[in-house]
Amino acid sequence: MPIPPLPFDPASLVEAARAGDERALARLVSVAEGGGEPAARLARLVPFQPPASWQVIGLPGSPGAGKSSLAAALIGVYRAEGRRVAVLAVDPSSPYSGGALLGDRVRMQAHGLDDSVFIRSIASRGHLGGLSPALPDVLALVAACGYSTALVETLGAGQAEVEIARHADITAVVLAPGFGDAVQLSKAGILEIADVLVVNKADLEGAEALRRALEQALDTAAGAGDTAAGAGGPSRRLVRPTRPPVLRTCARTGEGVPGLVDALEHQLAALAASGELARRRRAAVVARIEAVWRELVSARFEDPTARARLDDLAAGVLAGDLDPYSAARQMSGS
Amino acid sequence: MSRQQPLEGPGADGDEAIAAAGAGRAEVLTGRPIRVVVAKPGLDGHDRGAKVVARALRDAGMEVIYTGLHQTPEQIVRTAVQEDADAVGLSVLSGAHLGLFRRVLELLVEAGAGDVVVFGGGIIPPDDVATLEALGVGALFTPGASTREIVAWVRQHAALRHG
Ligand SMILES: Nc1nc2c(ncn2[C@@H]2O[C@H](COP(=O)(O)OP(=O)(O)O)[C@@H](O)[C@H]2O)c(=O)[nH]1
Ligand SMILES: [Mg+2]
Repeated sequence: MPIPPLPFDPASLVEAARAGDERALARLVSVAEGGGEPAARLARLVPFQPPASWQVIGLPGSPGAGKSSLAAALIGVYRAEGRRVAVLAVDPSSPYSGGALLGDRVRMQAHGLDDSVFIRSIASRGHLGGLSPALPDVLALVAACGYSTALVETLGAGQAEVEIARHADITAVVLAPGFGDAVQLSKAGILEIADVLVVNKADLEGAEALRRALEQALDTAAGAGDTAAGAGGPSRRLVRPTRPPVLRTCARTGEGVPGLVDALEHQLAALAASGELARRRRAAVVARIEAVWRELVSARFEDPTARARLDDLAAGVLAGDLDPYSAARQMSGS
Repeated sequence: MSRQQPLEGPGADGDEAIAAAGAGRAEVLTGRPIRVVVAKPGLDGHDRGAKVVARALRDAGMEVIYTGLHQTPEQIVRTAVQEDADAVGLSVLSGAHLGLFRRVLELLVEAGAGDVVVFGGGIIPPDDVATLEALGVGALFTPGASTREIVAWVRQHAALRHG
């Protein structure tokens, strides 16, 4: 018996998604991704009220390090624990065409038919940091739909990994032999944002050397139990209660993956106990509000009345009656 | 490119009116990049053709979800649902294509996603082309088809879905 087509009004979609209709959830992710007023309306319908067991695990790393394979292996372990798992795999959109080739699912197909696993490929759609600006909204959605673990795979190149660390409860940076040495990695800021360092492809030569180099780099960085980049204050930076452990995994065989899950649980418990988890979640919301605020301000630049006024003020500047600074001040006061 | 509407502006509070007018579909889907699942069902191990098509669609500005080899119809349809895809492209080289297409179309309807456009490519005997089109496959491209042709077709038909 065919199911009727999906409704489009957000309230019915939210109701259906909460009741377990995956099509509705998938459509709502599209709404969040689209931004604008529909996304704002959706956010009003889905306040962020995560279950007590809620956890967002960030998995940044170089392309090819094995993030998707590791996500697949993690799904297996978390499912065995009875958790419902959402995987959000973020990849960059092409700056030329705006299109994207999203291939992360290829590695996760073993879980492709599990009713308790929701996998969604997300293109960054030109967002500078390489992460989708909709990610926080999508996280709120999957939390509302009964998933307790969210795995966020994202490129770890410069800005993106800092951003994911801002939106995740815990960040496990995925590395593999042959993807840069420890010195490069510490320069790239990876050591600063990692709560856990994963040396994947432990079956390959160079894995043990990479692990040792990472431990050494951690030794020379701030002391154990460090503040990753300065504690206290309104800083958005991370405070790590313990030195990040370095773990070896083989995502292909699953070796080391239960150990990784244990380490994540352990670190998460420490973050929760120290109050850092609560602080991170608040900082994530601050970042989200800031981003939307910025959008609201940008939208004012497009307002036709404001454009006309701007044009008038420009004439004043040209006539020597006004300077650009005073003109801008008048604009922002309007 | 992803922001279709200003956050403030006329119509911001007219949700009920918009939904009642049936404009919700366009509001949600119009203007977003077309999302296409490209899958390679069946047992044969070649996905070169599928990858060429996937890249061409990407270069045309679409978001292409590539699923890899040996996908079952069940996996393909689940992917289409989770990814909120507008279109599904199947690349087939094996003799089992008739059954595969039929099953994908059936499952899409069962999943309430019968509005997803299905197209295919590969070596398909002319007799079967007619059968498949009768089943509801939107278009079938032979190995000689240009990627430009495929892109144009997907753009036109996915846009129809966008309302
Ligand atoms: N030898 C080995 N290969 C792996 C391992 N994990 C992933 N790979 C392979 O590395 C390649 C990239 O993996 P993928 O998960 O797509 O990496 P991603 O780009 O970081 O998501 C694939 O060919 C995987 O099969 C591993 O533990 N050992
Ligand atoms: Mg990947």
